Amino acid sequence: MSLEFEVIQSAIKNQRRSEIRRWRIVLIFVFVCLASLTLDIATGPSMLSPSEVLNALLLADDVEAMTKVIVFDFRLPMALMALSVGAALGVGGAEIQTLLNNPMASPYTLGLAAAAGLGASIVIAFGSFGLPLTLAVPIGAFAMTMVAAGILFIFASIKRLSSEMLVLAGIALLFLFQSGLSLVQYLSAPEVSQQILFWLFGSLTKATWENLFVTSVITAICISLLFKDAWKLTALKMGEERAASLGVDTKKLRLRVLFLVAVMTAVAISFVGVIGFIGLVAPHVARMLVGEDQRFFLPLSMVIGAAFLSAASVLSKVLVPGALFPVGIVTSFIGVPFFFWIMLSKK
Amino acid sequence: MSNLNLKKLTIVRGKTHTARELSLTFEKGKIYAILGPNGAGKSTLLKAIFGDVSLRKGEIEYQDKTLYKTRLGEWRKPIGYMPQDTYVSANLTALDVVLLGKLDSLSMHLNESTLQAALKVMEKVGCLDLAQRDIQSLSGGQRQLILFAQVLLGSPDILMLDEPVSALDMYHQSVLLEHVYQETKKRGLITIMVIHDLSLAAQYADELILLKNGTIRAQGSPSKVLTPDKVAEVYKVDIERLFDSNGTPVIQPKRASSTHC
Repeated sequence: MSLEFEVIQSAIKNQRRSEIRRWRIVLIFVFVCLASLTLDIATGPSMLSPSEVLNALLLADDVEAMTKVIVFDFRLPMALMALSVGAALGVGGAEIQTLLNNPMASPYTLGLAAAAGLGASIVIAFGSFGLPLTLAVPIGAFAMTMVAAGILFIFASIKRLSSEMLVLAGIALLFLFQSGLSLVQYLSAPEVSQQILFWLFGSLTKATWENLFVTSVITAICISLLFKDAWKLTALKMGEERAASLGVDTKKLRLRVLFLVAVMTAVAISFVGVIGFIGLVAPHVARMLVGEDQRFFLPLSMVIGAAFLSAASVLSKVLVPGALFPVGIVTSFIGVPFFFWIMLSKK
Repeated sequence: MSNLNLKKLTIVRGKTHTARELSLTFEKGKIYAILGPNGAGKSTLLKAIFGDVSLRKGEIEYQDKTLYKTRLGEWRKPIGYMPQDTYVSANLTALDVVLLGKLDSLSMHLNESTLQAALKVMEKVGCLDLAQRDIQSLSGGQRQLILFAQVLLGSPDILMLDEPVSALDMYHQSVLLEHVYQETKKRGLITIMVIHDLSLAAQYADELILLKNGTIRAQGSPSKVLTPDKVAEVYKVDIERLFDSNGTPVIQPKRASSTHC
């Protein structure tokens, strides 16, 4: 009897050790985020030193007025937007992959980003109903993304439709919206087409305190609602039939997750344009480091996504000094080699 | 009324009837083995009870509740169901998988008693040493043990096992089935399992149900059901029926070639 007790106690200790190890990894990436945030504020046309940045952030008295303006008016909203959008895309990708039980799925591959692009391009090309462009374009992008999500929603609510079919439906939508986008570009004047192209690049320069506020609040709400379903999402990874046998209402969970992810990514993409790849790569790295227990998988996908976009933002400014590349371009350029390296180094 | 009643169940999948006017009563504290050749409708019957297959006709009742007139989540609560397919494509440890058996009691921080309960079940079933292993790295038999532990942890009133021992070695087969037996008798479960090994079925089940093409061909105690005639009729195999020292039938198929000489 006491032998059995000891064996179980040692198994509990093993489990605790593994939990602590995984929390530590999450914590490490939180620090990476903070470090990258500091660098992101420090870099730009006029370089600041990290200590100047920290002083300004901590509201020290001896900071120059100019530095304060640079930090608070220009760089902080952009840098925080990078973290917030990265977090949204990371979690969005993680949960879409969980939901569809498919490592190739992400909000991007399901056509949500393409829909945002189409929405934005329609507004840019055909007018903004009297609203200022800075407001009308995100609204158009958001509306079209929700249309795409709505179509996916209808497919997802068909009970007998498997996850594979849902991925296929998403890919079909991706093509549809991309063709729509091409059509709008084809029909519009070269200058307008150029403008659309610039929106599509995905850039954090569109960040302001106002849209940062909207993005971060909605991202925070959606992520916490997803986190509430952590164990159910873990159960979903066992397969839908099995999850149902464990007491998960799989249809409701599917629709809820799809809705939250769609809203969260639609908001993020509407304000900064199309930034692909993070939704694919962040969950993969997270999965390799902590497995798919959602209590760790979800927060780690979030901080890795945030760290990744923030680091890409830093790189977009320092790769060619003085020039600012759209971050959407940089993410794939550094993301893909990094991703290949991870794939090949996997034992 | 704590029996599980199937009343004139008819299930059609595609163009084939996988159940034709099936009526069965399952009582508490008894183990039922569902036997029959491939495609006889055994797994479909379990899925139907679980509410995963739509019924063409008939009703399933348990404790004043009728399937499809009750919310599906509510209906499934007392059922612990282990499907036939044990493949799991998740980066989860065996312990994580077992813990999911008690989904309702899991919180952000796993408390001591939850972990203890899960590990105790694993110890009883004989898979405690696998606790921290990745479920994908386990063999088919090991996965069967883990998934059985998961079902047990949920402490169901109705236990439905679809070929629970198909990939297990002789030792683990008897550990698992002995466990099924003890739990069924001690806690008064209704246990229904699909099993291909007729001799094992005879050893552990109280009642055998022999299915073919969605109809019941024989039903009753092992020695009543497992007669050479009935088995030959359903399986199209000539068998030799022996008896072990307890008088339980042991079924041995005859070689096709030897029947001719």
